[in-house]
Amino acid sequence: MAKGVWIVTEQRDGVLRKISFELASTARKLADQLGEEVCAILLGSGIEGIAGELSKYGVDKVYVADNAALEPYTTDAHAMAAAKVVKENDPSILLLGASIQGKDLSGRLVGKLATGMAADCTDVKIADSKLLATRPMYAGKCYGEIVFSSTPQMASLRPNVFPIVENPKAGTVVKFDPALDPSQLKTKVLEVQKDTSGKVDLTEANFIVSGGRGMKGPEGYQIIEGLADVIGATVGASRAAVDAGWRPLSDQVGQTGKVVSPNLYIACGISGAIQHLAGMSSSKYIVAVNKDPEAPIFAKADYGVVDDLFKIIPELTEACKKLLAE
Amino acid sequence: MNIVACVKQVPDTEAQIKVKPDGSGIDESGIKWVMNPYDEYGVEEALRLKEKFGGEVTVVSLGPARVMETTRTALAMGSDKGIHICDPALDGADAYTTAAALAAAIAGIPHDIIFCGQRAIDDDSGQVGPILAELLGIPQLTVVTKADLDVDGKTIKAIRPIEGAQLLIEGTLPCVVTAQKGLNEPRYASLPGIMKAKKKPVDTKDAAALGVTVAVKAKVARFIPPPARAAGKIVGGDDPATKAAELARLLREEAKVI
Repeated sequence: MAKGVWIVTEQRDGVLRKISFELASTARKLADQLGEEVCAILLGSGIEGIAGELSKYGVDKVYVADNAALEPYTTDAHAMAAAKVVKENDPSILLLGASIQGKDLSGRLVGKLATGMAADCTDVKIADSKLLATRPMYAGKCYGEIVFSSTPQMASLRPNVFPIVENPKAGTVVKFDPALDPSQLKTKVLEVQKDTSGKVDLTEANFIVSGGRGMKGPEGYQIIEGLADVIGATVGASRAAVDAGWRPLSDQVGQTGKVVSPNLYIACGISGAIQHLAGMSSSKYIVAVNKDPEAPIFAKADYGVVDDLFKIIPELTEACKKLLAE
Repeated sequence: MNIVACVKQVPDTEAQIKVKPDGSGIDESGIKWVMNPYDEYGVEEALRLKEKFGGEVTVVSLGPARVMETTRTALAMGSDKGIHICDPALDGADAYTTAAALAAAIAGIPHDIIFCGQRAIDDDSGQVGPILAELLGIPQLTVVTKADLDVDGKTIKAIRPIEGAQLLIEGTLPCVVTAQKGLNEPRYASLPGIMKAKKKPVDTKDAAALGVTVAVKAKVARFIPPPARAAGKIVGGDDPATKAAELARLLREEAKVI
């Protein structure tokens, strides 16, 4: 019978990404309820040394495939390696991150394992010894509770939602041969162009300052950048602002952009069209600054300021600067 | 070149989604149905490839009878023919079952490149494209904002933005490409296009005709409304400076986020 809670970890350039610890902590919680083990899959090249970090967050066993063809990530190589070790060990639950890489890999694994999967979950728990996954649908306009009739029961977890909990285990490392068939590796990475701005991606940001139509033009974003610099936030934008060409596509938050869940989301000059609200309503705290007291964004905001954002934001930037210097 | 574009019909982004009182699904009354926005980029890219390399675009859709309208939209944009997988047994199908039905339909026709949206804005799972690629045994290039097919038509290079970086990846054909916003600007269907679309062939098939056994492996047991947010407060003050200072104080002392 299928047994064990497994996770597929994610590393980049030999550094485990935060989602890996979110996965480990969540898997530990589920495994404790089931009385089972947590096993992690770690794939890459020259990465054996980082396996131990996972045991700090409750991982009992780390299955490591260290192979040049696993670096950098490609779908074919990682899916082949992960599917092999999963099939050999028959876990009852398999968790991945709903990061860009995790989304690319999870579908491929679903195909290889012919199983069911709940994507981008915001909650997972055990009910009657089985996985019950809760996930936003329609960009959060409603939620679905997913049940499974096959194993492994697969779920991907939305980044930034699940807490990281330290829970040290002895943590054994098991090396395995990924048995890659070079003729089946049909994609390759030709070039990696890193974003040198040093800003955290919107989907992983703890703080986001977003601007909408109320910014009046691309220059308006200077004051938003100013506030973002002071509080260490990433800048986002509404669809209206992106479609107007004021901000790049990668900044768009909403149903046809990025779905974000920061600790603090500051919406400036965003009226709150339903498609925007859908993309940010899982933020822990929402602040809205808008001249129009009737703007729908205020119904979602924890703190609302009805005023001209061009006056409020510079003042807020100064006030935050002062508080942070204390 | 044999090009396939998969399209899904979804509620438009402005739609209010109401959960049925018994949690068995969403209330579809009053919903305006549209082509999934990400699929539009896929159809557009398929048409551009056809214009450049010649060949044919087949649009493949899955869903109830109303989906024919979305299929016709893709034909009106310039696709040549359609396959509509229509079977009540597939209502509420999970990503695996959906992909299995699409794979069965596509396996039966010549295919060099298959476009899907990177995700559908209803289920938001983003899984069907990769599962489809796996079931067809071909590579996938997902969430791409630029796709360049080599002149020989054998390999494709694509730009794929990831967290904090952008990748240039290369894959061999046949392959599945999933489209992200930014890939192109989809065209509107022209009036002559709409007239012509009415006469273009659409083959409607059920699961049995495709040889697909419906065995859903993950299902939505219950639909629930989103968690309600507690009512917030409006930050008062006589002037912008006072309001801003009070907001900063609340963020630090009450919310404890800064």
